[in-house]
Amino acid sequence: MEILMSITVGVLFMVGTYLLLTKSLLRIVLGLILLSHGAHFLLLTMSGLQSGTPPLLNLNSEAYADPLPQALVLTALVISFGMTSFLLVLSYRTYKAFKTDDLEQLRGSADE
Amino acid sequence: MSALHWVILSPFLFALIIPFLFKYVSKIHTGWFVWLLPTALFIYFMNWLPVISSGQVVETTISWIPALGIDFTAYLDGLSMLFVLLITGIGSLVVLYSIFYLSKKERLGNFYVYLMLFMGAMLGVVLSDNLIVLYVFWEVTSMASALLISYWFHKDKSTKGAQKSMLITVAGGLAMLGGFILLYQMTGTFSIRTIIDNVDVVQASPLFVPAMLLILLGAFTKSAQFPFHIWLPDAMEAPTPVSAYLHSATMVKAGIYLVARMTPVFGGSNVWFWTLSIVGLVTLLWGSISAVRQKDLKGILAFSTVSQLGLIMSLLGVGSAALTVGADDPIYSQAILVAIFHLFNHATFKGALFMAVGIIDHETGTRDIRKLGGLMTVMPITFTVSLIGLASMAGLPPFNGFLSKEKFFSAMLNVRNFEAFDVGSLGFLFPLIAWIASIFTFLYSLIMFFHTFRGKFEPSNYERKVHEAPIGMLISPIILVVLVIVFGLFPNLLSYSIIEPAKQAILPTVLPEGEQFVVNIKIWHGVNTELLMTLGVVLIASFLFYLMHRWAKLAIYNRERDPFNWFYDNALTGLTSGSQWITRLQMTGLLRDYFAYIFTFMLLLVGYTFWRFDAFAIDTANTSVIEPFMWILIPLLIGAIVTIPFLNHRITAVIVVGVIGFLLALLLIVFRAPDLALTKLLVETVTLVIFMLAFYHLPEMRKEKFTPRLNVANLLISIGVGVMMTLVALSSAALGNEAGYESISDYFLENAKELAGGYNVVNVILVDFRGLDTLLEVLVLAVAALGIVTLIKLRLKGGEDV
Amino acid sequence: MKRHVRASNLMLHSITRVVTFVLLAFSIYLFFAGHNNPGGGFIGGLMTASALLLMYLGFDMKRIKKALPFNFTTMIAVGLLVALFTGVSSMLFGYPFLTQFFDYYDLPVLGTTELSTALPFDLGIYLVVVAIALTIILAIAEDDS
Repeated sequence: MEILMSITVGVLFMVGTYLLLTKSLLRIVLGLILLSHGAHFLLLTMSGLQSGTPPLLNLNSEAYADPLPQALVLTALVISFGMTSFLLVLSYRTYKAFKTDDLEQLRGSADE
Repeated sequence: MSALHWVILSPFLFALIIPFLFKYVSKIHTGWFVWLLPTALFIYFMNWLPVISSGQVVETTISWIPALGIDFTAYLDGLSMLFVLLITGIGSLVVLYSIFYLSKKERLGNFYVYLMLFMGAMLGVVLSDNLIVLYVFWEVTSMASALLISYWFHKDKSTKGAQKSMLITVAGGLAMLGGFILLYQMTGTFSIRTIIDNVDVVQASPLFVPAMLLILLGAFTKSAQFPFHIWLPDAMEAPTPVSAYLHSATMVKAGIYLVARMTPVFGGSNVWFWTLSIVGLVTLLWGSISAVRQKDLKGILAFSTVSQLGLIMSLLGVGSAALTVGADDPIYSQAILVAIFHLFNHATFKGALFMAVGIIDHETGTRDIRKLGGLMTVMPITFTVSLIGLASMAGLPPFNGFLSKEKFFSAMLNVRNFEAFDVGSLGFLFPLIAWIASIFTFLYSLIMFFHTFRGKFEPSNYERKVHEAPIGMLISPIILVVLVIVFGLFPNLLSYSIIEPAKQAILPTVLPEGEQFVVNIKIWHGVNTELLMTLGVVLIASFLFYLMHRWAKLAIYNRERDPFNWFYDNALTGLTSGSQWITRLQMTGLLRDYFAYIFTFMLLLVGYTFWRFDAFAIDTANTSVIEPFMWILIPLLIGAIVTIPFLNHRITAVIVVGVIGFLLALLLIVFRAPDLALTKLLVETVTLVIFMLAFYHLPEMRKEKFTPRLNVANLLISIGVGVMMTLVALSSAALGNEAGYESISDYFLENAKELAGGYNVVNVILVDFRGLDTLLEVLVLAVAALGIVTLIKLRLKGGEDV
Repeated sequence: MKRHVRASNLMLHSITRVVTFVLLAFSIYLFFAGHNNPGGGFIGGLMTASALLLMYLGFDMKRIKKALPFNFTTMIAVGLLVALFTGVSSMLFGYPFLTQFFDYYDLPVLGTTELSTALPFDLGIYLVVVAIALTIILAIAEDDS
């Protein structure tokens, strides 16, 4: 399972990176979403996808899944939610202000 | 905190209240308040003089960063004593002088703050035993100096001069810091005392010469040694009190101080002797010749200072030979004595001369020797002061300059008899260069004297009515020339009070414990080589001056600017255009390029680490079972991910991304993370809603059009990143299993119930064990939300730019 | 919130009423379950936010403003302060910042119940998450013009 997940994580990163390198704002936001998915699953996979019960102590099981990466990923999930929404709003405000979502045309500023 | 620490900090503390004094007590010239501090400090240090003269030292320490060996150790010995007396004594006179020099309309608050900043830092330099503390104070003096040079910042030349002095001295300071760190590498301490005690370790180390050269670079830039001297003449744009204080009496001598302080460490080596002697003598010669070409009185004094600093530097080089012979041999160690003596004398007569020039500038409005003339009768007191100062500078009896010049000659003549350092037949060059330089010194003294005070007084050359300066302005230079005369007639006043302890500090290992150097400075030695050399100087220089109307027409005389400025100017423009070029090269303004750099470097770094540490590993044994439905779920997921770049409809793209999110949430349930799965589901839902809302405002996506080359590059980078992350995931899982560390999670699992009373360990970690992380995390969210609200609600008015 | 959703959409209204109620109830359960079962401030908060979102989808803005007279931006600050004060309160008793305590009490209706300071802390988180989600979405929605 870990090997299969590692490959999935690789694919997530690959496509995310490719989207980041494009010129359209929306694609970049989507790319970042994929990248954060990749990062979350990378964390989980690295610690080993132990079989075992969920880390709820009232299940009284012998082996629990590792709770620490889960806690980390939970934090990361919420933060990436904030980041995604911010980027989305930033990109559409940019579009509204400059009437383009093409980064090629957005380069530079009046100060230069 | 001992009294000594408070003394070092007092100017800084005083600087804090100066702006208020300037603002609220505007009736009294701020200088009067400031004047109290250096005077009080001078008296304080004078009280210590008997203690230090008897060979004792004062040392107190407060810990600053003990873990790094950085302590604020104040250390007062003979050498420091010499400098603190100069700093506070001349400081007091200069502040007194400045009260009359600068009118109340100037920005006095700034001026005195900078001056106090400088004074505190300079005291710090000469009183700290710790190299890092010394370095910090050293750079503060550079800063204060630049601020003072650019005091009249509306003048272009002032800011340029400040920039030049800053660049050169700070660059040298950085080199010096490198040298200090090398010393630390060798000895494991930043304390100068301890380094001197472990001098064997330093001398045996291969880093000995690099450390020495780096430290010398710092000293040479600060003390305006050839070829770094070019900043000092430009620094003359500063108000004259500043030139008198920083750029002749104290700051430029910080380099001399450092060399003297480091002599016990590096002295006795071949490189030290030759570097110091050659650089010193070249500076001496170059400075004195350049001074002749100047038409600005302050320019003459600036180059004269350069040459005199070279003189002291070369003496320290020659005197370092004393450390090679076991016992005290006056042939070698006399040079150190002369260096100390001349350091003192130079501060007195050059200080007086700077102040006199300041008076002339103040009263006539010009410093150009081609306009000046005949001031002897108009300004009789200034004339007398200048005459004595110039005579001392030129080396005429009975003033102190004569004594140090004679001694300088004999120290240089001694070099012919050196047995150390393979001096051999080159020894005769030392006195020869010294003699030639003295001729030029005499010559520019003559020029200054005759072109300013003799000749015809032309009132039409001046914009205002010329008269003698107010008495307050004359007090300081008069005190200094009185010192010139007193120390000229009774030089032995200084012998055992200041010179001997300072010499002890520079050459601590030469004499057995408890003995003293013999210091006896006599004014009349009978007719000897030195006296004949002085006679030669007077005759030849007078002859050259007599012929001046002939060579004054030569082009070489009329080009005042130092040719070495060419290097500086070109380096500066080269640096600016070069860095602009590099910036333009990489800062394309395209997000794509920046991402490409980041990812490429990440790939290179991680790839190198993999290769270097042979870090790739794959663990097929300890993996968990792949349930059959995974063989359907995962390919589906991968297929969905890969299609995204090919989608050109925004709705489709967003829905596919949403589907991916939900599929991943499903996976989380399989991975036994119910909290995560719930959160992910909800986050995906809310994100999807936000996406749908934002659609109103976003345009349809277009097909990406890239040149084939860019396309290939993008593909390569993204495939590289994907492969790299897969490898990282595999290797870290495998290596983590291999290392078999105990997981931190075990602690959480065991204690969640007992310590936090919760069964859901993930939640307990979030709200209890790592509560602060969670608090900060929601803070991040809050900031993001406020950012969004601001982005939407805050409408900039037309033309406004963020 | 979208203006073209007509207020007379009876089907949507009726379903929204029921579902929102269920969602809200469930979210509160999730919030309280957090310490011992899956759930907690984040999840409960997000669930509440989705429930309120559904309300916004089903009814028009004016009516909801009447029903929910909150300023969500202020709510962010309130939530943060609640969490912060829980943390600071442990300092009053000489414990480090954010030390949490718990004990078991016999309460009249609920029987033996665990009360812990982690709960108000989680409440702070809950408030912040609800407020943030709604702030973001409402801000975007109001930008329609």
